[in-house]
Amino acid sequence: MKAGIVSYGVYVPRYRITPGEIGRVWGSDGESMGEGLNVRRKSVPAPDEDTITISTEALRTALLRGAIDPQQIGAVYVGSESHPYAVKPTATVVAQAVGATPFLTAADFEFACKAGTAAIQTCLGLVGSEMIRYGVAIGTDTSQGAPGDALEYSASAGGAAFVMGSERVICQVARTLSYTTDTPDFWRREGQKYPSHGGRFTGEPAYFRHVTECARRMMEVQGTGPKDYAHVVFHQPNGKFPQRVGKQLGFSEAQMRYGLVTPDIGNTYSAAALIGLANVLDRAKPRERILMVGYGSGAGSDAFDLETTDEIAAYDRSFGRPVQWYLDSGTEIPYAVYAKFRGKIHMGGS
Amino acid sequence: MSVARFWRETPRRYNLGGSKCTNCGTAYFPPRSVCPECPAHRQSIEKMIPFQLSGEGEVLSFTIVHEPAEGFELQVPYVLALVKTVEGPVLTGQVVDASPEAVAIGLKVRATFRKLREEGKAGVIHYGYKFTPVEDLPFAAGPRGPPVPAPSEVPSRDRAPA
Repeated sequence: MKAGIVSYGVYVPRYRITPGEIGRVWGSDGESMGEGLNVRRKSVPAPDEDTITISTEALRTALLRGAIDPQQIGAVYVGSESHPYAVKPTATVVAQAVGATPFLTAADFEFACKAGTAAIQTCLGLVGSEMIRYGVAIGTDTSQGAPGDALEYSASAGGAAFVMGSERVICQVARTLSYTTDTPDFWRREGQKYPSHGGRFTGEPAYFRHVTECARRMMEVQGTGPKDYAHVVFHQPNGKFPQRVGKQLGFSEAQMRYGLVTPDIGNTYSAAALIGLANVLDRAKPRERILMVGYGSGAGSDAFDLETTDEIAAYDRSFGRPVQWYLDSGTEIPYAVYAKFRGKIHMGGS
Repeated sequence: MSVARFWRETPRRYNLGGSKCTNCGTAYFPPRSVCPECPAHRQSIEKMIPFQLSGEGEVLSFTIVHEPAEGFELQVPYVLALVKTVEGPVLTGQVVDASPEAVAIGLKVRATFRKLREEGKAGVIHYGYKFTPVEDLPFAAGPRGPPVPAPSEVPSRDRAPA
């Protein structure tokens, strides 16, 4: 495949809350919950942040790093399950805010946690067929779990933007393939504030089946095995699932190390696998092979067989912050402030 | 503010779109069509070009707002600053992601894209620039609320039964 990643950028909101603090409010052992999920803290967006602002920050970083003229962007796709508007695209605001308008196509994607990887696949098609020069795929979320629900311990906020193109490619996409079924493991109906899920049903028949089937098919088609990859990145709804699925597939801790970011920032949904990939690319040297497998409830997995090119050695990462900075920094807030920021407090009025 | 009025300002609010006098080099934000700095203002006519500010600057002065404007209730206390941009123009904007105590004159800041306000729950959402400190702030306990108590300090009625 001719098309690949030309540049990327990440943004994670500044505030953090710990599972221990969440559990304290709901009378449960939050620390054990956090240990069980392998989540030490999760990011919390400020009241003036949403999917649009996070996407814009991530994309601005990507464009500056890659020295990309925004007017050369032919498509902007934003994948999220927390678009601020039900009707009115996130992608148009983002495109305008980075100076990419008006001659481009833009749309919002939704496929639970894999809308961002679906946007990458779409951009690969458009770039590969030479319909556009650069395509932007963004995965961003500010999702929430209902107060007291297990999801509340991990649902966080963050975004990653990938600029796809065929010139100055820093990471080649050798192949992408998907595994999709109708599996009702997690959903949110129109007008509902919080999602619903099938509890343990989200595990074996959903996440594990789709990720393993998709990864195995990829390695079968490519004639590769776990040992051929320097890094592996999975969708990470918590810190435990990706470790378990990695072990099932035969990957080592070392291969999974940099692709796992959820323990420090929580589950960023559509951005989760993409921020993991960005963390790998922050450290990758030329000619390193990477397997990424995203997952979205509902359900489907997108696998990508990637390899960094010699271009990555010259890629300027100096603008914007590395993923590790977001993992190490932050401002911890108590539950009351978190509830205020996330609109969980009824303020009165109409 | 009407939808159309805000929409007309999006080049400024989203992208810090100002103007620059090619006669004397002075930058303006918001954009001007005539340069007041040129000795003869006429010299600048048709020489003003669109110019985008980088968003880099430092705090020239600031105030801490305790009585919020409508729509800013969740952010109190917040910092409103005059930011002197590296290109020259002085902008008014909120400084976010920093506690008010951390903001000082001379603090280096960078423009960030944020939600400015919403026209109620059903109305349009307005976006634009605010500022955030440039320096890397280390991991810190929250300035906007009391520190998170250690588990042993938590009143027993809030804890899970042992």
